[in-house]
Amino acid sequence: MALVLSEEQQLLKNSAREFVKANFPVDQVRQLRDGGDPLCYCRELWQQMAALGWAGIIFPEEYGGLGLGYAELGVVLEELGRALAAQPFLSTVLLAGNTLLLGGSEAQKQRWLPGICAGESTLALAFQESGRFSPWQVETRAEVVADGFCISGEKRFVLGACGADQLLVLARTSGASGEKEGLSLFLMAPDTPGLETTPQRLLDSRNAAVLNFDKATVPASQLLGELGKAAEILDIVFDCASAGLNAELLGTLSEAFERTLDYLKTRQQFGALIGSFQALKHRAADMFCECELAASLTLEALRALDERRDDMPLMVSAAKARTADVANLIGRESVQMFGGIGMTDEEDIGLYMKRARVAEITLGDSSYHRERFASLSGF
Amino acid sequence: MNEPNELEQFRSTTAQWIEQHYPQQLRSSPGAEGQDPRQLKSHEQDWLTRLAERGFLAPSWPREYGGAGLSSEQVRILNQELRSALVRSPPISAGLSLLGPVLLEHGTAEQKARHLPRIAHNTVSWCQGYSEPGSGSDLASLSTRAELVGDEFVVNGQKIWTSHADSADWMFCLVRTDRDASKHEGISFLLIDMTTPGISVAPIRLISGPSAFCQTFFDDVRVPKDNIMGQLGQGWTLAKQLLQHERQALGSIGRGDARRALTLPELAIQEMGLNTQQQLDDPTIRDRVAQCELDSLALRLTMSRSADEARAGRGSPHIASMFKLYGSELTNRRHELMISIRGADGIGWEGEGFTPAALRTTRQWLRAKGNSIEGGSNEIQRNVIAKRVLDLPE
Repeated sequence: MALVLSEEQQLLKNSAREFVKANFPVDQVRQLRDGGDPLCYCRELWQQMAALGWAGIIFPEEYGGLGLGYAELGVVLEELGRALAAQPFLSTVLLAGNTLLLGGSEAQKQRWLPGICAGESTLALAFQESGRFSPWQVETRAEVVADGFCISGEKRFVLGACGADQLLVLARTSGASGEKEGLSLFLMAPDTPGLETTPQRLLDSRNAAVLNFDKATVPASQLLGELGKAAEILDIVFDCASAGLNAELLGTLSEAFERTLDYLKTRQQFGALIGSFQALKHRAADMFCECELAASLTLEALRALDERRDDMPLMVSAAKARTADVANLIGRESVQMFGGIGMTDEEDIGLYMKRARVAEITLGDSSYHRERFASLSGF
Repeated sequence: MNEPNELEQFRSTTAQWIEQHYPQQLRSSPGAEGQDPRQLKSHEQDWLTRLAERGFLAPSWPREYGGAGLSSEQVRILNQELRSALVRSPPISAGLSLLGPVLLEHGTAEQKARHLPRIAHNTVSWCQGYSEPGSGSDLASLSTRAELVGDEFVVNGQKIWTSHADSADWMFCLVRTDRDASKHEGISFLLIDMTTPGISVAPIRLISGPSAFCQTFFDDVRVPKDNIMGQLGQGWTLAKQLLQHERQALGSIGRGDARRALTLPELAIQEMGLNTQQQLDDPTIRDRVAQCELDSLALRLTMSRSADEARAGRGSPHIASMFKLYGSELTNRRHELMISIRGADGIGWEGEGFTPAALRTTRQWLRAKGNSIEGGSNEIQRNVIAKRVLDLPE
């Protein structure tokens, strides 16, 4: 298979681009930021996209999905990334939905996946506890009690937690923090006694929260997958989610680069277009090369997922490491090249840098993934 | 992957052919030492001859010109099979990768019939007469002149960086045929027999030691009028086309030869060992190795994506500048890192007391400095990308 889009994917890209153009002006980010709605996204648009089938792209048809692949989902995410469209793809589809699909019982899948595909239910996966992505550093504990599990601890940066219909909570049922063994996943209703949700306001104005569990109890039936074996599921889930997030980030950084190029072609100083200055031209050429490299890795990682290749985790980490670095570069350089206007809230370019920074950190930054790439490469 | 039957058939016969014809003596393990270099050379020569006889040195050229007449799909399969059999890649030849494609398009019937089969059979070698002492990055300012006297051009001047000029049979050469025209329009493209009286050649010694580079001097050299390629004064257009082929060829150098040397991780493991977690014992070096490996992977994928796009009729021909730019910088970084990994073993110059592999690392590090200068410096490549790909204003 070639690293270019098929005809069907190109059609999907075109309709995604049109939908995004018609519905997601970049200014929406400011409105969501200043509007005070803790949901931080437009539910109506989410439902419209679900009606187009996009919420269910990767889910099997038996659960109401389209049964397509990550290459297709990537096409849509890239377009959303270009417009900084805040929508619960990462939280509901890539993280929580995938966890259900890969680890849930038939009953649990039937209960939630059709709702996700239809745009009726949103879910969130609560895993992270410290600032740096380190998925097995889990101190939140689940104790076995008479009729189920009693959970205590704190989760932070829980994406999409505000307004979610259901939470998936990662907790330790045995072992010590840092160990892969002994982690378990639980489905939990957001109004469970002992659970307190505090919205977190992030740089990109998207939906996130701190979850505090003080002896929050769930029935035994809410255990997802095998007791103590959650890491096996999450290993794959994090790779799928990173690959998808990468596609979105690629869209964001490509758009930021193109907007910067346009600015270089219109802004005049010293009686000349600033894009004619070699100091800027050469940096633009470097940025172009970096964007191309990030795009190749991103596409290859999505393809490795669809082809279920053994080198999928290595490709995903390579892609996330490289794309995160490139996003950082484009963020820095674009604001610098816009100059004073780039520092203002009125100009969009700063919003691109902010979102890129959040996506760069989410699910592991470039050092995390370069380290993982080295380990997977055997050195 | 589903391939149409004929392609599958082609893949299996090609793989079989490679298996049967690749010399056993060249199938050594990576980094193997101790083979007699002269013997290796003669086996390599055998291999080249076998490739040439099959038309595989110029696989896409028509058979009448010594090629194999393969389609672009077949060429891709041939390259895949050559790579997966880990055969040594033929050296980049100026005739095959630079002149050939341009000659195919712009040569007269006579020129093509005369030169192409000899290039494809590797019996006549070519060198490139482009740069001059006063015309490096600003190539179009060149001043070697050719005056038409009767049926001959009389050439006077000096070329530099003419690789292998001391052994080449022919040179393709940019000369100024009209001193009154603008600098781009007064240039013509000549094919010059290196045995012509008045040509003298002197080798150039580099910071890395002896090299293939030469200086070439022309003193009233008489070249038949028919040896011009293209029209009088149109040499610059052909010259630029040829430069794109050169950038592509140079950008691919960094991909290296699987059989010849240790990979970067292998070298690092050999020199610094693994700790109990099976990680390189030096975390800083480990991160730098990972970065280089990751970047090589990214470059490889980007080159294959670009080839896919070109086949689909998309993408810019000037993308070759990106491969030259990024490929040469990556090669430089790899060599810097190899020196760091070897430590004091990476600073030997010659003689006993250092392994041949360590000495090679030092020389290659020095030689790689030239990768970001030759074939249009990386600054020129950035200019090309800014202008041709990004459409930034002059």
